[in-house]
Amino acid sequence: MECWSIGVAPFSQYSIIPETGSGVFMHEMSIAQSLLDIIKEEMEKHDAKILRAVRLNVGQMTAVVPQALSFCFEVITNGTELEGARLFMDIVPLKGYCPECDVEFTIEDYTFMCPSCGGSKIETIGGQDLSIVEIEVD
Amino acid sequence: MKISVVRNILEANERIAEQNRDLFNENNLFVINLMSSPGAGKTSLLEKTIDALKGDLRIGIIEGDIQSSEDAERIAQKGVPVVQINTGGACHLDGNMVRDTFPEFNFKEMDLLVVENVGNLVCPAEFKVGEDFKAMILSVTEGDDKPAKYPLMFHESKVLLINKTDLLPYVDCSVEKIREDSLKINPDLDIFEISCKTGKGLEAWYEWVKDAVRNKRSKKR
Repeated sequence: MECWSIGVAPFSQYSIIPETGSGVFMHEMSIAQSLLDIIKEEMEKHDAKILRAVRLNVGQMTAVVPQALSFCFEVITNGTELEGARLFMDIVPLKGYCPECDVEFTIEDYTFMCPSCGGSKIETIGGQDLSIVEIEVD
Repeated sequence: MKISVVRNILEANERIAEQNRDLFNENNLFVINLMSSPGAGKTSLLEKTIDALKGDLRIGIIEGDIQSSEDAERIAQKGVPVVQINTGGACHLDGNMVRDTFPEFNFKEMDLLVVENVGNLVCPAEFKVGEDFKAMILSVTEGDDKPAKYPLMFHESKVLLINKTDLLPYVDCSVEKIREDSLKINPDLDIFEISCKTGKGLEAWYEWVKDAVRNKRSKKR
């Protein structure tokens, strides 16, 4: 496609980038795939052959449904040498920090406000990440 | 044997998003990642915004949909460069899909790129594509309980556009409640009440976009 600046583009002039996705509807599938990539990389690094278990931290404020992620992980490892590995997920609560008061606190009801001074200039220090913590291998 | 790993699961996407962002920055291109539920008015907002700003700004659009090119056809009629991404099932755009469109654009000749994400109030908030800001639309027909139900997107967005305000007389939706609940989740949120149908409230949004583009260009490298 040619790139036009301001001007009139004929009706049919646009490009279509087709089928870039994985063909599945849950974003947990993308996440499971990324997780699997990291696991394979780490296993290779440590010359491990069998995957027993994986431990994850799932922040409270992530768009991840643990059951859906478990399901997707099972689906993509099914029939591979990593089949049967158990997935443990710890939910990490949302935590905030108020620089004014120098206090840390748990954020309740997604209300981003300091419980001491009522201020809204707070930093989120936990509960937003999605990370792999540990793998158990042989 | 237990191996401590400690890695962000989305690191691969975030690396690509970071590369996209570097490229946008090199070209002083201001990029918005526009998100909402299906039917909230993303494409209508873009049509209005293009009409209003194309005399001042050089705009490009990336359209993300599971299927079809209807949105790209609508945008192409406005005479700006547009690329349609069909995700073939995936419920969000990621850094890689957005990167695939780059050969279709000439970023040096652009001021503003809007990435219209797949209609979905959950998943797109989790995936960066290299944007400067995320902006979201909530239409009043969806109800005022949405900030409480879908906090992540409200938290990640810089801008909230409350659309279809012309329908307020016909629906049980309190704009005040939307404002209060979303500011609790994100005190820095810029909120605009708009109607893409009547045009009400859109001037303030246009000014916000022009200011944001100006700020980006003044950071010229």
